[in-house]
Amino acid sequence: MRRVGIFICHCGRNIAGTIDVERVREALRSYPGVVYSLDYLYMCSDPGQELIKEAIAKRDLDGVVVAACSPAMHEITFRRTVAAAGLNPYLCEVANIREQCSWVHRADIERATLKATQMIEAIVEKVRHDEPLLPLAMPMVRRALVIGGGIAGLQAALDIAAAGYEVILVEREERLGGRMAQLSATYMNFDSTVDLLREKIERVTRNPHITILIRAQVEELSGHLGDFKVKVRQQGNDEEYEVGAIVVATGYDLYPMERLREYGGGRYPDLIDGLEFERMLSPTGPTGGEVRRPSDGRVPQEVVFIQCAGSRDPERGVSYCSKICCMYTAKQAMIYKRQVPQGQAYIFYIDIRALGKGYEEFTQRAMEEHQVLYLRGKVSKVFPQDGKMIVWGADTLSGKRVEVAADLVVLATPMVASAGTFELAQKLRVATDEHGFFSEAHPKLRPVESLTAGVYLAGACQAPKDIPEAVAQGSAAAAKVLSLFSQEKITHDPIVATVESELCAGCGLCVEVCPYAAREIHPLTKISVVKEVLCQGCGVCLVACPNKASHLLNFAPAQMMAMIEALEGG
Amino acid sequence: MRYLYFPGCTLSTKAKGFAASGEASARALGIDLVELSRWNCCGATFPLATDNLLALVAPTRVLLNAEKEGDHLVALCSICYHVLKRTNMLLREEGDKREKINLFLEEEYSGEVEVLHLLELLRDEIGFEALGERVQKRLQGLRVAPYYGCLLLRPFQEIGLDDPEEPRILDDLLASLGCEVVEFPHKSECCGSYLAMNTSEVTRELSYAILRSALASGAEAVVTSCPLCQFNLDYRQGEMAAHYPGFTQIPVLYFTQLLAIALGIESEAFGLADHYVDPRLLLVRRGLP
Amino acid sequence: MSKRRAMVIGGGISGIQAALDIANSGYEVVLVERLPSIGGHMAQLSETFPTLDCSQCILTPRTVEVGHHEKIRLATYSEVEEVRGDFGDFKVKVRRKPAYVDWERCTGCGLCQEKCPWRVASDFERGLGKRKVIYTLSPQAVPNKPVIDREHCVYFQKESRCGACAKFCPVEAIDFQQEEEVWEEEVGAIVVATGYDLYPMERLREYGGGRYPNVIDSLQFERLLSASGPTGGEIRRPSDGAVPKEVVFVQCAGSREPERGVAYCSQICCMYTAKQALLYKHKVHDGQAYVFYIDIRAGGKGYEEFVQRAMEEGVLYLQGKVAKIFPQDGKAMVWGADSLSGKRVEIAADLVVLATAILPSQGTGDLREKLGIKIDESGFYEEAHPQLRPVESGVPGIYLAGAGQGPKDIPEAVAQGSAAAAKVVALLAREVSP
Repeated sequence: MRRVGIFICHCGRNIAGTIDVERVREALRSYPGVVYSLDYLYMCSDPGQELIKEAIAKRDLDGVVVAACSPAMHEITFRRTVAAAGLNPYLCEVANIREQCSWVHRADIERATLKATQMIEAIVEKVRHDEPLLPLAMPMVRRALVIGGGIAGLQAALDIAAAGYEVILVEREERLGGRMAQLSATYMNFDSTVDLLREKIERVTRNPHITILIRAQVEELSGHLGDFKVKVRQQGNDEEYEVGAIVVATGYDLYPMERLREYGGGRYPDLIDGLEFERMLSPTGPTGGEVRRPSDGRVPQEVVFIQCAGSRDPERGVSYCSKICCMYTAKQAMIYKRQVPQGQAYIFYIDIRALGKGYEEFTQRAMEEHQVLYLRGKVSKVFPQDGKMIVWGADTLSGKRVEVAADLVVLATPMVASAGTFELAQKLRVATDEHGFFSEAHPKLRPVESLTAGVYLAGACQAPKDIPEAVAQGSAAAAKVLSLFSQEKITHDPIVATVESELCAGCGLCVEVCPYAAREIHPLTKISVVKEVLCQGCGVCLVACPNKASHLLNFAPAQMMAMIEALEGG
Repeated sequence: MRYLYFPGCTLSTKAKGFAASGEASARALGIDLVELSRWNCCGATFPLATDNLLALVAPTRVLLNAEKEGDHLVALCSICYHVLKRTNMLLREEGDKREKINLFLEEEYSGEVEVLHLLELLRDEIGFEALGERVQKRLQGLRVAPYYGCLLLRPFQEIGLDDPEEPRILDDLLASLGCEVVEFPHKSECCGSYLAMNTSEVTRELSYAILRSALASGAEAVVTSCPLCQFNLDYRQGEMAAHYPGFTQIPVLYFTQLLAIALGIESEAFGLADHYVDPRLLLVRRGLP
Repeated sequence: MSKRRAMVIGGGISGIQAALDIANSGYEVVLVERLPSIGGHMAQLSETFPTLDCSQCILTPRTVEVGHHEKIRLATYSEVEEVRGDFGDFKVKVRRKPAYVDWERCTGCGLCQEKCPWRVASDFERGLGKRKVIYTLSPQAVPNKPVIDREHCVYFQKESRCGACAKFCPVEAIDFQQEEEVWEEEVGAIVVATGYDLYPMERLREYGGGRYPNVIDSLQFERLLSASGPTGGEIRRPSDGAVPKEVVFVQCAGSREPERGVAYCSQICCMYTAKQALLYKHKVHDGQAYVFYIDIRAGGKGYEEFVQRAMEEGVLYLQGKVAKIFPQDGKAMVWGADSLSGKRVEIAADLVVLATAILPSQGTGDLREKLGIKIDESGFYEEAHPQLRPVESGVPGIYLAGAGQGPKDIPEAVAQGSAAAAKVVALLAREVSP
């Protein structure tokens, strides 16, 4: 008979503000199997964890239930605590009485307290029948794959290689450098991007640990953290590589102008987007670096820049801010003014988002030193008239509508995840968010990790960002890979599916439904088997099996039934 | 100590009392204010347009004349001080503008003159503590609200007399004379200035806000250093009483008038009788002079 | 021969991340932190934007991990004295202030704090609350061992008249004779993650210069919002404890003002102000929140939508700078403007929260001299190249991370912490691998 200890967290006022934790603690003392019951202010803290360890030792516990916040927060923490006290970590479970109780029932203390008690009792039932599982050992291939040869990918590759590991760098286009290679100069020093890139690209090319595959794409991916098998297609030929970790740095595209119908829908030659303007400003571009109207090649005397041309527009489905446009627009306006000092540059904006070191001062320079005219107001329409582009905007400071007859109009269109992101995400089994960017594991504390083990993110493919941020993220992703590769062995969570062979009819339904390709019918026994290192414990196969032959370890049917009974108050 | 002195137009006409009390107080403290032998109107505004150089010819001529007789020029009127000081700075720092202005004057101004305000002399040359010791008649805890206005303080980079957000020079001076200085949030808010000419309702509103704040802070008198501020705050009080119910009138004095009284000097020339709101009632009640 | 060890200076979230990533890659780390425990400013926050995660909840697992990590040695209540040597072989002298508590013996039971009869204003609570003279920064502090504030300790200041803590300590861990310790660490690489401080309100004279109790700064408001703060998470005016019904948030209080010497943007204020206004509305349903701003800088993932949410939930955003704040009839009068209507706006507020500028933390200037690295004209550490080398200091072996390099939010600070770690690992690995 298990000796279970209950540890109830107050979580400051988050739990204790709604649930009468003392009453819960007392109620549980008499529950069958419970030999110890305690409450504390912050269970996850050092003193809290000490209390758990002490109790395990003193009370000879062999089952622990921590009633606290979501297991997504601290299950790992508590399992480590328990392991440190010599108890199998899988005999420790978390009852989520915060997100699933105190936070959603703030108005009803009585019933919230009762619900919490029942929830904990249910988890006690689970723990009583848990098996002491052992983590599964996994192979670790110390080679990394970096998808995307833009600045973020280049940085990640360099940092991983610098520690002595092999890197395969896959790039879709025929050259490295990504979008940065298309730019003219960077803010704030107007350094030539081509020059800056050259150094990075040379270092990557010269590095003996980095294998560069140009004009190549990832076709297929299977496997798991530590042992991925990637099929890369390069100009018709397929090659398979084995890697232990993957960094996704596939960058961005710009929103198609065709969809900005009020701004001409891409039909007018003198209405271009930010990247086209960069090409024009670039010494290696179509005009050799000179600003010219695409329609007739004349030097434009009145240039209008429109910020937020699509971004921050929920009705259009692009509710987010593209972050870099305020800065590159200021830069572009300044470069234009340097070339055409007697010309006039106008920038229509909503806010000026000059975050970043020296950025605020940079935009002020545009206004003060280059007389770029900033007008706060959205542009409602752009249309051609007598050889000019008429821009209808507003200026909130004067409270008036503004009409400018421009020679050239530059739109700061939204950054979107680059073409093919969704398909790649499916191949990698990595989540994307509602805007199509890759989802990070936690927006604050895990910005470069995806929720798929072994796959890391860097650069604009995760969210709009500029070069210094992309570089930092490239290095950060590399750090994650390095810490992975430095471990002697990798383990996999043992909460996996298992098959009761007598019940299995070999129908193969589980193989079809498994999203991780973790099931197969054994060629000899003709019975379904689980490839444990691939199994993520999602449970789909349990549902699919018509014979109920599939179970999830530590989620056995008997356990589930006991939990349900406890919740019903029986 | 001998200093060249620029009275300016208003102090020679409408605000004679300010000038007289200032000159007399200075003399009593050993500061000899010697009027410039040749002077003209300072212009009374510092141009807002950066290329309006013609307006600076007048104050430059003042500085030019001052240069011939000495190296410091003391002003009493906030506006004259403001214009002369800023003109001086512009002439020193912007050579191309100085050259253009010199063309009109047919003489070259070297930029050597220092423009000072009497308050600076009192603070830096004499020191408020020393001044306190020279006081013959302490002002018996008279509750005063020191009002700085704008031109004495701003723009800080060019005027630099005192902190533009929390100025203390007038507060400290009045305290050294024995006054009880009240904390009054509108001490450096604008009185409406030249808008008195053509949009006087604005001036009335702004000045009213200042006076109301002073009254709410417990002041018995408002003390200033600018004849235009004094005019706006003092002369409109009749209108304010008509316009804003519950308004009580409060005398507006020049700091030099109180300084003279404290130093034991009396004279009809100090102009106490010429104010709209008669300060003599208050002073008599407090046993002053 | 490189020392296979690294030093991280600064125990805020950025330093913590760097330490963890380096340690998880197999190298020893010494984490030096000036305060008695780690966590930095993030430990003072109540919730973080845009997810509104409880800050302590997401921070504590990291601090605990650091505290337990076999490869990380914590040197708290310590500062760097001197640095000599080169990458691969730095010799760093570290000085630890006397805590007057023997941390080897101390069990963290907390009895001394209970029994200490003396209270002083708490820096952690930004002056809004008190702490005991023998104290830990919070009950969840890592390490959870107290220090004695000698300056306010009656035992020291009044010649041994007290000693309550020593009387009650069950393991005799109080040691009034404890001296400071100075020792030398040999490390191959250093990460500088010393974070930020807020611009002192005393210098914002037009906003009251810190004299008015109901005009507070944003970190003080965070303590009011915090469940573990001085008001238990209830929003109350410091002057009289009343619940404020009209709260004005002033963005750009000091930032973006070249005349004041702070020309830069502090980057995080637009977001945290939206968060604070939103949380205020959640706690005081009939309260009104106003935000005065110049631009709304919400560039990160989900940030724009977060600010829009604040507006939709009733926070009134007014574009215009606040000229002056002064007391009148028990209220704080706020003079602002609204460019959209073109009018001046005057609000009689119960509470005003200033989003003050972010400055490099105190001591940055001294530390950077000891390390021989550069700072920019605003006093932040200067990176080797603004685009391509954001975490390198220009001196080989010394890396930068977090707000010490420039104002930034938590995800960026974390990414930089990891990025600096990658550099360190590559450096240390190079010297060792064949």
